[in-house]
Amino acid sequence: MPVLRFTTHLARHLPAPRLTVPGDTVRAALEAAFAGDAILRSYVLDDQGRLRKHVNIYVDGRLIADRQQLSDPVGPRGEIYVLQALSGG
Amino acid sequence: MDRLLIASRKGLFTFHRTPTGWAQAGEPAFLAQPVSAVLHDPRDGATYVALKLGHFGCKFHRSRDGGASWQELLPPAYPASDAPDAPTLDMVWTLVAGGADQPGRLWAGTLPGGLFRSDDGGDNWHLIESLWQRPERAQWFGGGYDHPGIHSILIDPRDSRKITLGVSCGGVWKSDDDGATWRQAGQGLRNDYLPPDQAYDPVSQDPHFLAACAADPSRVWCQHHNGIFVSSDGAETFTELQGVKPSHFGFAVAAHPTRLDTAWFAPAIKDEFRVPVDGRLVVTRTIDGGATVDALSQGLPDEKSYDLVYRHALDCDASGARLAMGSTTGNLWVSEDGGEGWRQIAGHLPPIAQVAFI
Repeated sequence: MPVLRFTTHLARHLPAPRLTVPGDTVRAALEAAFAGDAILRSYVLDDQGRLRKHVNIYVDGRLIADRQQLSDPVGPRGEIYVLQALSGG
Repeated sequence: MDRLLIASRKGLFTFHRTPTGWAQAGEPAFLAQPVSAVLHDPRDGATYVALKLGHFGCKFHRSRDGGASWQELLPPAYPASDAPDAPTLDMVWTLVAGGADQPGRLWAGTLPGGLFRSDDGGDNWHLIESLWQRPERAQWFGGGYDHPGIHSILIDPRDSRKITLGVSCGGVWKSDDDGATWRQAGQGLRNDYLPPDQAYDPVSQDPHFLAACAADPSRVWCQHHNGIFVSSDGAETFTELQGVKPSHFGFAVAAHPTRLDTAWFAPAIKDEFRVPVDGRLVVTRTIDGGATVDALSQGLPDEKSYDLVYRHALDCDASGARLAMGSTTGNLWVSEDGGEGWRQIAGHLPPIAQVAFI
């Protein structure tokens, strides 16, 4: 299953441990991670479920293309990395 | 009231009155996090804080032990929509407690223009669709921000179902039925940033802040983008003050809690400058319903000053004698005599968004 890692900057606000999650898209993997944790979800996604403007996601080292639907594919051994953008601080 | 909450760009600070003067009480909460609004609820003692984090969005916290510990809750959220430009919360601009007969009721005014309500102390919020769906909202526009926002929420202490809102830019809105229905108010407000034939269009107004006299909420003061206005009928209609010196521009206004003819303002050079006139920081005050306005400066800086006072950063306590004022330069002053004299109690705070006596 894909591995999901969050920027350590999130740890200042709330626990965001490294997770192994099911899912073959960024959306599926994130929603699996956020199940039961709506507050963590709100740090990464906006009210409409879009990626926040000043948050970036990389899959296997590549910036995702679809910030709205989060449809970028993730392989079974994929690594998803959620981090804050340099903008927005 | 002997304590002050200070919402700043870098955290929530508390000051308290000691036998030797005002002093900071403890370390700041939420250090380095922008606090956009704070509310101490006098009904149950709870404190609420709204944050606007640069990367991770708006956050909402509640303390039931005077700030010793905080619980993070979900902030207000706009309903899911398939529209490509569907809204998302940009900032909680003001938090207001409901009436004494409405335990747990909170109101939140937000950017991009939604009014939210909670009936359980912030555990759950919902958008007031009756206002959000008003067709006139399409005419609202941003004033200083990219989107319109609700910054003023007045709850009538005589009847909690009566609510008055100030919107930048969308004018004044009122409900008489606890938010079930809304109507445009604020007749008489005047703008001069639109074509002359639209100067009095009530939906195009930019009221920077509304403040009501607690003892007589029919008296409402409005610091508007284009001047200072006063109402005697609960913000239905306004009259513009004339000849206000050194400037009729500003953001903040505080209403005396019992003397309906007394209010304070923090003037600045209008629009494109937003600094004190001639570099001289003053507070202006009327004690005769706006017929005359005096500039008060005792205890404020003698040297050149470039402080700007935001709309929520001038507060009057329940006595009407004690005022606090904070600036975007991180200066904080208190007056103990109705604004006649001021004493600086901090000079190196982060930019201040709100001051609130508790």
